[in-house]
Amino acid sequence: MNRFKDAEHLVRVAGVFLLGITLFLCFRAWFVPKSFGQYGHYRADSITEIAALPVIHAGHETCETCHADVLEIKKAGKHAGVNCEACHGPQGKHAEDPSSIKPALPDTAVLCARCHEANTAKPKWFPAVVSAEHSQGLPCNTCHTPHSPHIGDKK
Amino acid sequence: MNMNRRFFITLTGAAAVAWESVLAGAPEASPNYKVADHWWAMLIDVDKCIGCGNCVRACAAENNVPEGFFRTWVERYQVDDQHMEEPIVDSPNGGRDGFPARPGTLPASVKEFFVPKLCNHCADSPCTQVCPVGATFTTPDGVVLVDEKYCLGCRYCIQACPYGCRFIHPEKNVAQKCTLCYHRITKGLTTACCEACPTSSRMLADLKNPNDPIHEFMKKHSVQVLKPQMATGAKAFYANLDGAVR
Repeated sequence: MNRFKDAEHLVRVAGVFLLGITLFLCFRAWFVPKSFGQYGHYRADSITEIAALPVIHAGHETCETCHADVLEIKKAGKHAGVNCEACHGPQGKHAEDPSSIKPALPDTAVLCARCHEANTAKPKWFPAVVSAEHSQGLPCNTCHTPHSPHIGDKK
Repeated sequence: MNMNRRFFITLTGAAAVAWESVLAGAPEASPNYKVADHWWAMLIDVDKCIGCGNCVRACAAENNVPEGFFRTWVERYQVDDQHMEEPIVDSPNGGRDGFPARPGTLPASVKEFFVPKLCNHCADSPCTQVCPVGATFTTPDGVVLVDEKYCLGCRYCIQACPYGCRFIHPEKNVAQKCTLCYHRITKGLTTACCEACPTSSRMLADLKNPNDPIHEFMKKHSVQVLKPQMATGAKAFYANLDGAVR
């Protein structure tokens, strides 16, 4: 015991350190969220939170479950690869409640021009027209059916 | 000494409680979707982009992107073969309302094309490395996300991103960026921009899925990433990309 007679000040310092470390661990456990560090230096729960955000675009698979008739028309035409919401806009709400929330019918004069208005930057393979010359301001669906736009032989 | 022993015993108890909390860890999340099974990327075929702005509008609607800010946008390049290094680039309102046609025909020496841009979801992203609080990170399935509850709005990540893909949300005052529609892809849907793209210029790709068409596509096309010299491990792969694109 005599050996430690003069070491009491060291024990006290050690005690202070230990208290400090314990307090640090307590505060850390209290303040750092449980999921922090699960995958890396971030809160893993935020992944779940972001994944839980609402879906606004229903996706064409959802549309096709009810609108199979339109799908048949579309599949035969040039617009086969164009998804429903590319033209009709986000329809998640309509898919959730089809009877009371009805999508607005797009104005073809505006809608078609978004893609098919001639522009020098557009790739050469893409069919484009100067709408003022092509249709003199008439809406496109005067002649074309948007779901299968080719006039004449079905192609 | 007696006093000391009591003191230490008290401490041991407190330490045990603290350690239990440290060891407890986090509960395993998400029942069906397994993060370890995916490695997300985006494939962009520049030759197919028609500059309609559908992706920009769809992204804004899906993610509630504030007016004047963009998580994805489309650029129009005008490159003169005499001035390859100085392309003229414009992106009016991010290409959201399309691009006004330039009158007349192009001179023979000039070419024009559209390039869609979005977060490259880099595997070694500079933006996540600089975040001082762990608010931005790369998920185990390869998507760079921002934890809005942790973000301080210090803008360090915005400076770090070589592609200019981040912005500060004007109301929330936190960094925001493309999430690769993480809320959709974890549910088996594609991203809003891919859903709305009429020419399939954009394709969501899962590099860990052996049946994903990206593998076939990469085999048959010349594919590159933006700013490869930055060594960011960018995962937005561009097919038919012109050298003038920055």
